[in-house]
Amino acid sequence: MTTQAPPRPAATARDSGKTKLGETMLDVRNLKMYFPVHQGIVIQKKVADVKAVDGISFYIKKGETLGLVGESGCGKTTTGRAVLQLHRPTAGEVLFEGTDLTKLNSKQMRTLRRQMQIIFQDPYGSLNPRMTAGGIIGEPLVIHGLAASKKDRLDRVAELLTTVGLAPYMRDRYPHEFSGGQRQRIGIARALAVDPGFIVCDEPVSALDVSIQAQVINLLESLQEKFQLTYLFIAHDLAVVRHISDRICVMYLGKTMELASREEIYENPLHPYTKALLSAVPIPDPIADAKRERIILTGDVPSPLRPPVGCVFHTRCPIAIDTCKQVIPEWREASPGHFVACHRV
Amino acid sequence: MTTNGTDKLLLDVQDLRTHFFTQSGVVKAVDGVNWQLAEGETLALVGESGSGKSVSALTVMRLIPSPPGKIVSGKILFQGHDILQMSQKEIRAIRGNKIAMVFQEPMTSLNPVLTIRRQLTETLELHLKMNKKAAKDRAVELLLMVGIPDAARRVDDYPHQFSGGMRQRVMIAIALACDPKLIIADEPTTALDVTIQAQVLEVIKDLSERFNTAIMIITHNLGIVARFAHRVNVMYAGHIIETASAKDTYGNPAHPYTLGLLQSVPRLDEPRKSRLVPIEGSPPDLTNLPKGCPFRPRCTFAIDRCAEENPPLMLVGEKHWAACWVDVKTRRPRP
Ligand SMILES: Nc1ncnc2c1ncn2[C@@H]1O[C@H](COP(=O)(O)OP(=O)(O)OP(=O)(O)O)[C@@H](O)[C@H]1O
Ligand SMILES: Nc1ncnc2c1ncn2[C@@H]1O[C@H](COP(=O)(O)OP(=O)(O)OP(=O)(O)O)[C@@H](O)[C@H]1O
Ligand SMILES: [Mg+2]
Ligand SMILES: [Mg+2]
Repeated sequence: MTTQAPPRPAATARDSGKTKLGETMLDVRNLKMYFPVHQGIVIQKKVADVKAVDGISFYIKKGETLGLVGESGCGKTTTGRAVLQLHRPTAGEVLFEGTDLTKLNSKQMRTLRRQMQIIFQDPYGSLNPRMTAGGIIGEPLVIHGLAASKKDRLDRVAELLTTVGLAPYMRDRYPHEFSGGQRQRIGIARALAVDPGFIVCDEPVSALDVSIQAQVINLLESLQEKFQLTYLFIAHDLAVVRHISDRICVMYLGKTMELASREEIYENPLHPYTKALLSAVPIPDPIADAKRERIILTGDVPSPLRPPVGCVFHTRCPIAIDTCKQVIPEWREASPGHFVACHRV
Repeated sequence: MTTNGTDKLLLDVQDLRTHFFTQSGVVKAVDGVNWQLAEGETLALVGESGSGKSVSALTVMRLIPSPPGKIVSGKILFQGHDILQMSQKEIRAIRGNKIAMVFQEPMTSLNPVLTIRRQLTETLELHLKMNKKAAKDRAVELLLMVGIPDAARRVDDYPHQFSGGMRQRVMIAIALACDPKLIIADEPTTALDVTIQAQVLEVIKDLSERFNTAIMIITHNLGIVARFAHRVNVMYAGHIIETASAKDTYGNPAHPYTLGLLQSVPRLDEPRKSRLVPIEGSPPDLTNLPKGCPFRPRCTFAIDRCAEENPPLMLVGEKHWAACWVDVKTRRPRP
């Protein structure tokens, strides 16, 4: 069945990893990613920075899933890309198995890239329209020299297609001949092809049909157990995030608001933003949904070009006080493993 | 949610078939569907990936690429006039004006070399014959309406400078620009997080109620459907396999596929399960459908008859139809 992980050759990239299960695999410290904003037609002058990610810290243990949730534009994708050095961070450290990736040159980074893959948010832009599904999935095998022969490669591609719920006969089709959901599965198969140890999943199931979503989530989970995969799982579906994550990090406007275990976040949320997020989730049952209490946030999301002074959330916060408008709340451990940045907690 | 007040028919789709003639065979993406949409009504289209939801929407807009696509048969009556018989000129006057569409993929539907402002003013100048100045002001207003922060400044940005969610809100702003009679929204909030999703959908719903705009929303988020739709069409392999009010779809599903869908989603109001319960198996190959019911290979309710005859939609309750030979409540064949 599609939810079962396929057999793998014994020696893979993961086995060479230094980290043991449960030890810190990725340690992100004070990560900042600013994008310059230019103005002027002839002479381009830098006028400001979009502070897409503004000093965030978290760690992920080997074999665990950290869920990353937050408002559209809050910097989740940018975080994922900066961790993988697809954007070079403005400041901060990204320690992957002890190596600071921000210090590596692009050649050194290329060799490490096989251990770190990404599944993209946008299944349309991320697939080359002129390559067949088989070509796309087989490409990383060629680049990293992972298939001994053409037959090996075709077998592996067929296996990967089956793994993600497609069929081997679809190998010769082009991306435009697939539906949106089918295309996302090709992206997942491509990421899995090189047996990575760490995967950034950027909204990997958002475009999938629900019945397949459950299959893919089960698949990602069983692959994780079998191969001790480590995930940074970006999603906006809080029910999905709750299901798949061990710990959850809530972001707002380039900053982290709260980080705690799954149980803590859902049963004992401390930050007013986390509470608002949870209450906004529609329940798939019109009667149950109508009964739920809703905190509808007012106001607009401020621009990351000019984030609010003090706590970035204060302009939409239902319990803000004067201090919140002036002082940036400290990122502190409210109880063991439960981090929060709020003056009112 | 209950059905809305007016029952005036806006869209009447009859025996519609859209096929793709590809090298690997004929893909019967939409294969004989019938559905109606009343003025001001919100209809949700849910279903399997590849079941023909987007193709249904594109067919109504006459945007099927041809070749390989072809609308093989059917009628699409919009305010009584058959869209399929209209000239290119007539259809262009309707598209983006009386019928607006929000696409699934915001990056490919926004023009990357035009500023956000230009993409909005183009629609306003073309369809509403606004002058440049008025169109500019309206563009900022529309962006504010869909919750783009700092709209006056960011209106001169290019699409790549916006996040996925922000681009999607721009698409919604463009769709709203001309006060359409019908908005077809294909996964409009997929890239949005919940607080903005809630806001954007409230905006769409509010406009729908205020201007009596009908909405056809394609989504796989069953929570959104529960909160916003009046009626639900469930699609599988090019067919509508169940159609009912939102209340009946959730409270009283009559097709094994619908039932499976509802069971496979994690719910925040219930304890976490160790494993989700998916519908097993793969989506069907549309070029090579099995004889009988296309869902049979994945169905846990199947009986012998399912392998022989594809069930038609049968009345199973008030304004509730399902295409299944089996009564899922009793597991007995339907009489
Ligand atoms: N290449 C870029 N140049 C300039 N600004 C950028 C760039 N990429 C992202 N941004 C800005 O950085 C901020 C964060 O964007 P990002 O794509 O990380 O958000 P996100 O949390 O993934 O949002 P979504 O949920 O909508 O995908 C946004 O304000 C966006 O406009
Ligand atoms: N241009 C095309 N050429 C060939 N086949 C196509 C084309 N466009 C769509 N199809 C096929 O038509 C079927 C229906 O596709 P459609 O995009 O409507 O699916 P969908 O229900 O919207 O799925 P999703 O939920 O994944 O978006 C699919 O099997 C798809 O492969
Ligand atoms: Mg993103
Ligand atoms: Mg679609």
